[in-house]
Amino acid sequence: MNRIERAFSNGKAFIPFITAGDPSIEVTERLVHELANAGADLIELGIPFSDPMAEGPVIQAADNRALSAGATTDKIFDMVKRIRRTLDIPIAFMTYFNPVFSYGTERFLYNCKEAGVDAIIVPDLPYEERDELKPYCERSGISYISMIAPTSKERIDRIVTEAEGFIYCVSSLGVTGVRSHLELDAESMIKRVKEFKDIPCAIGFGIATPEQAKAMAEISDGVIIGSAIVRIIGQYGKDCVKPVTEYVRQIIDAIK
Amino acid sequence: MSKGRFGIFGGQYVPEVLMNAIIELEEAYHHYKNDKDFINELNKLLAKYAGRPSELYYADNMTKSLKGAKIYLKREDLNHTGSHKINNVLGQVLMAKKMGKTRVIAETGAGQHGVATATAAALLGLECEIFMGKEDTKRQALNVFRMELLGAKVHEVTSGTQTLKDAVNETFKEWTNRINDTHYVLGSVMGPYPFPDMVRDFQSVIGKEVKEQMLEAEGRLPDIILACVGGGSNAIGIFHEFIEHPEVRLIGCEAAGHGVETDKTAATMATGRLGVFHGMKSYFCQDEYGQIAPVYSISAGLDYPGVGPEHAYLKDIKRAEYVPVTDKEAVEAFEYLSRTEGIIPAIESAHAVAYALRLAPTLGQDKIMVINISGRGDKDVAAIARYKGEEIYE
Repeated sequence: MNRIERAFSNGKAFIPFITAGDPSIEVTERLVHELANAGADLIELGIPFSDPMAEGPVIQAADNRALSAGATTDKIFDMVKRIRRTLDIPIAFMTYFNPVFSYGTERFLYNCKEAGVDAIIVPDLPYEERDELKPYCERSGISYISMIAPTSKERIDRIVTEAEGFIYCVSSLGVTGVRSHLELDAESMIKRVKEFKDIPCAIGFGIATPEQAKAMAEISDGVIIGSAIVRIIGQYGKDCVKPVTEYVRQIIDAIK
Repeated sequence: MSKGRFGIFGGQYVPEVLMNAIIELEEAYHHYKNDKDFINELNKLLAKYAGRPSELYYADNMTKSLKGAKIYLKREDLNHTGSHKINNVLGQVLMAKKMGKTRVIAETGAGQHGVATATAAALLGLECEIFMGKEDTKRQALNVFRMELLGAKVHEVTSGTQTLKDAVNETFKEWTNRINDTHYVLGSVMGPYPFPDMVRDFQSVIGKEVKEQMLEAEGRLPDIILACVGGGSNAIGIFHEFIEHPEVRLIGCEAAGHGVETDKTAATMATGRLGVFHGMKSYFCQDEYGQIAPVYSISAGLDYPGVGPEHAYLKDIKRAEYVPVTDKEAVEAFEYLSRTEGIIPAIESAHAVAYALRLAPTLGQDKIMVINISGRGDKDVAAIARYKGEEIYE
């Protein structure tokens, strides 16, 4: 069983997202340890990008804070290496394609492998452009995570047939960010996925409250929470570790 | 390699949530570009509403003053709404309406594309929302009011550098919020396929007219064509018809801001690297880690860190040349054309005029040069006055 499979072997998976380097590399490192201790099943680490086209204002602000504080791709690789010395938790990178491409896709994936990253999620690489990254992932043994959205419809079949690791199901239209109301399109999306492949489905975008997390966990294999956590980090800065951990424990209690 | 490529450039790098909308647009574009009724309707709008064809004006004073090549100006500034932007917008908004869309959204830099989109939406009865960087709403305050007057809602974009790049980000994000009833009227030959092809096709009317008008005036093709390049729509519009004529030199003039050796520049071809952003693979101004660089130009319409993929390709195969022009040179050319020909060009177009001022005197009098005056400069008068230290506000 690889680390990604393990993430979905302990009941419903809880996947927190944080932007690496927000508010600093040191705080991110502490957060990863505390999230793992609290019972997170997989950590989604954002490599900040200047122009994150799929993010709402909360995560975009986090990307800006991280870049202003000096986060770079190399510093983030170094951080993951340090984390891996003591932690075996599955880690997925989330970033946009330009930071990968500009770094050199092959070199980027090689460094992922060396550092102990398990998977990569790139929201601006749709199925049509997968050849930019997927072959490199296969060569390095990194899982290439596919996303599906409520607008995907018949595209789901093609995407899922080639998918590996898990499917990132986008809960609703629009960009990332907390929503008071979540549509239940996700349920039919996941049904369609499972008709094609027995692969774990995690739902993200818009989930914030324990109630929402519980409802989404019931129809899927795991929930991804980003903006709600990043908002706490934005509010508390370097003192965010405790309030983030408290919030995360509530979510885990609700879904496990 | 995916669809919509110019060599290695182009492609469709957008989030999954947008892919079906992009595919729907592709299908509509392929259908309507060959649809006789659509073509007739669009041509009628271009002629009766936008005022096409635009003049190809022989600039006698300028020719005499530069003592070199014979200079013609393609007068896109005389179009309705004051720039070439109306060509693309009438095509896209008409198509959106036929696709059953009831709402259009668009980014704008200088405001020209926003004004054109608001105009076409008013004419064709669609709801319209425009995204404009906060910095640009200050530089182009008059255009903000103009868009509102035309019934559009203008959103100030406060993220990032608060300019054109950020306006494009926010318009894409808004599109992901509301896809079913909304078409994104992208303003340049950039973004994911089919936009670079579709916008080029709608703008290529410029070059087609130049070819006909030049054959009529001179009995031959021009030797050199100059156009300013931000995303590159007016340049592709005038270049496209001549790409298959290798004897015609095509020169794109990009905004160097304070100079390509400074970090206050928007000269993508001179200072950028290959990257993937805003849905396309092309050249972008970026740092070593692929973070998009904050760019600068006096011209809000050229203040963009990327360039359309077809231009990147034309540069790579050496079919077109790209040269940087500074703020200072552009402002001098802005004043020069105003005084010499009584034509106030947009500060964007003044970048092309500026390069002509350098190039024309080095050429023989048997050479013919065409400069695309992509827009008129009324919108820039107050900003130029401020640049020169005079506090004039519209």
